[in-house]
Amino acid sequence: MQLQNNKLIDLQHITKSFDGNMVLDDLCLYIRENEFLTLLGPSGCGKTTTLRIIGGFETPDKGQVLFEGRDISDLPPNKREVNTVFQKYALFPHMTIAENIAFGLKIRKKSASYIKDKIKYALKLVNLDGFENRMPDSLSGGQQQRIAIARAIVNEPKILLLDEPLGALDLKLRQDMQYELIRLKNELGITFIYVTHDQEEALTMSDTIVVMNQGYIQQIGTPESIYNEPENAFVADFIGDSNIIEGIMIKDELVEILGAKFVCVDKGFGENNPVDVVIRPEDIDLLKPEEGTIDGIVTDTIFKGVHYEMCVMARGFEFVVHSTDYFPVDTRVGIRVDPFDIQIMHKPESEDEKAVEIDE
Amino acid sequence: MNNRNNRFLAAPYLIWSAGFIIIPLVMVLYYAFTDFNGSFTVSNVTAIISYVNIKALMLSIAFSLAATFMCLIIAYPLCLILTTVIKNSSSFLSLIFILPMWMNSLLRTYAWQNILERKGVINGILAFLNLPLFYIINKPPAILLGMIYDFLPFMVLPVYNSVSRIDKDLLNAARDLGADPFETFLRVIWPLSLPGVISGITMVFVPSLTTFVISDILGGGKILLIGNVIEQLFTQDSDWNAGAGLSAILMVFIVISMFITAKYDREDIK
Ligand SMILES: Nc1ncnc2c1ncn2[C@@H]1O[C@H](COP(=O)(O)OP(=O)(O)O)[C@@H](O)[C@H]1O
Ligand SMILES: [Mg+2]
Repeated sequence: MQLQNNKLIDLQHITKSFDGNMVLDDLCLYIRENEFLTLLGPSGCGKTTTLRIIGGFETPDKGQVLFEGRDISDLPPNKREVNTVFQKYALFPHMTIAENIAFGLKIRKKSASYIKDKIKYALKLVNLDGFENRMPDSLSGGQQQRIAIARAIVNEPKILLLDEPLGALDLKLRQDMQYELIRLKNELGITFIYVTHDQEEALTMSDTIVVMNQGYIQQIGTPESIYNEPENAFVADFIGDSNIIEGIMIKDELVEILGAKFVCVDKGFGENNPVDVVIRPEDIDLLKPEEGTIDGIVTDTIFKGVHYEMCVMARGFEFVVHSTDYFPVDTRVGIRVDPFDIQIMHKPESEDEKAVEIDE
Repeated sequence: MNNRNNRFLAAPYLIWSAGFIIIPLVMVLYYAFTDFNGSFTVSNVTAIISYVNIKALMLSIAFSLAATFMCLIIAYPLCLILTTVIKNSSSFLSLIFILPMWMNSLLRTYAWQNILERKGVINGILAFLNLPLFYIINKPPAILLGMIYDFLPFMVLPVYNSVSRIDKDLLNAARDLGADPFETFLRVIWPLSLPGVISGITMVFVPSLTTFVISDILGGGKILLIGNVIEQLFTQDSDWNAGAGLSAILMVFIVISMFITAKYDREDIK
């Protein structure tokens, strides 16, 4: 349980639709001070809309946005102690880098010397010293992105909103910038609300991940819990490769999959109830035939650098397996899974909860 | 190699400009600096320094400045509203602004004469309603109205173009950084729309400066603009040399105004 006064932003029962299409449905979410919270989900699931509601660019149809316990639902963006780093940078093309960074400070009527110091400090922070007099269009995408961040943080916001800030960058730069962002956050000590559809990015950077799909929150948790204990098939499927198999919970700590009984550690699913079972590819051990719980035949093997990715057909289900041991195609193998690597999930009860299609 | 190709492609344009821009210009200058017998003189040009001609030129400049200013005052808020409020505004825009442009401007000006006349459409309605009549025909306001009406599209189109091209995220970014709507306008929308404003100013100012049709039809021939003076020299007096002399002066003013706007264009818009 979180303390009430620990919540910096509290979204209460937010509902938003555009032209009759429900985009957010009764969304409840709070963000604690100094947290790095990531909204993760496929494109079109309402992440940007959630961020725009926090930033003040959209008004929710229903529900409230609380900032430090105060209702700010009707406050315009310029009155909120929140700054945004826009997806496409949105640097002012007619201003120099220094003028871009100074924009918010000039509006707040800060002194010239204060502004000058802040520009220098911010440029240093994002490793772009000496860029004061350049124009935005003379900068690369990664540099523009960092200026956009500098422009936001000089205003010392309580919260920084970042909408897929690394989406337009290439892989190498994206990885560098991930570390830069984490460093920045630690140095500045401000709260980050980060939007991405990239699950690796979310797992790397966040304190808390909010997995969304079609306007609903699917799961909130730490990267470890989201990865290791997905609450439903959507989360399991969206976060990395997984084997999702239908099973029957015989009793506590025993589940039947593909006609074989597997020992697990989950309890409280009742007796003889249908469940979904998630097994991560790296959690499957391949043994000699008859040594595992069930047997299968290797149908495909690809070398992935660190490990082999193999497909194993067993009793009509094709398991994806990651292993550093090599098994050639057509080998007969035994499949074993440690009890704590078997993750049991409730079957979705409603259509909404089911929503497992992934658009990207 | 590529270069030669390009030159080849540009040929029609070069021939076109030679035929329709350069040759007439050279002819105007030739007539301006020669007399009736074809010998060199500057008297056609220096003829501007007469009370009537100076007055006409000053009046033209005053009318053009006023018309340009009014067009800007009308067009700018209109474009802001069109780009922010109305969806599919470009089709709406073409309907109300581009459609009338296809009509001959002479016809449109005659239409205004009809509307504004002593016994015209407006006064007909006012009389029917027993309201006081409204006489602006043959007076400066009628000419100004005609200029604004005729040249407003030339302001609206470039301004609309530049305003509608401004990325909505820039406006959000300004708001996000603490600017209220007015500051957002002042610091982001206005500077980014300046190229359109400047070309709009040129495109309204220049035709206003040279028009003679509008002042003829809506001014009843009582108000002489520099365009009317030149027209009379060409048509009534058949003195092409004198007409060309004043035209050359007018061209100098046009070139100066275009230089000023081009300079602002380059300086303000980085
Ligand atoms: N201004 C808007 N008008 C109409 N539909 C919108 C608007 N903004 C977003 N939507 C719709 O809402 C849904 C969610 O959009 P968004 O929040 O941008 O998703 P995400 O950022 O997760 O990709 C999408 O289907 C999108 O088409
Ligand atoms: Mg988005």
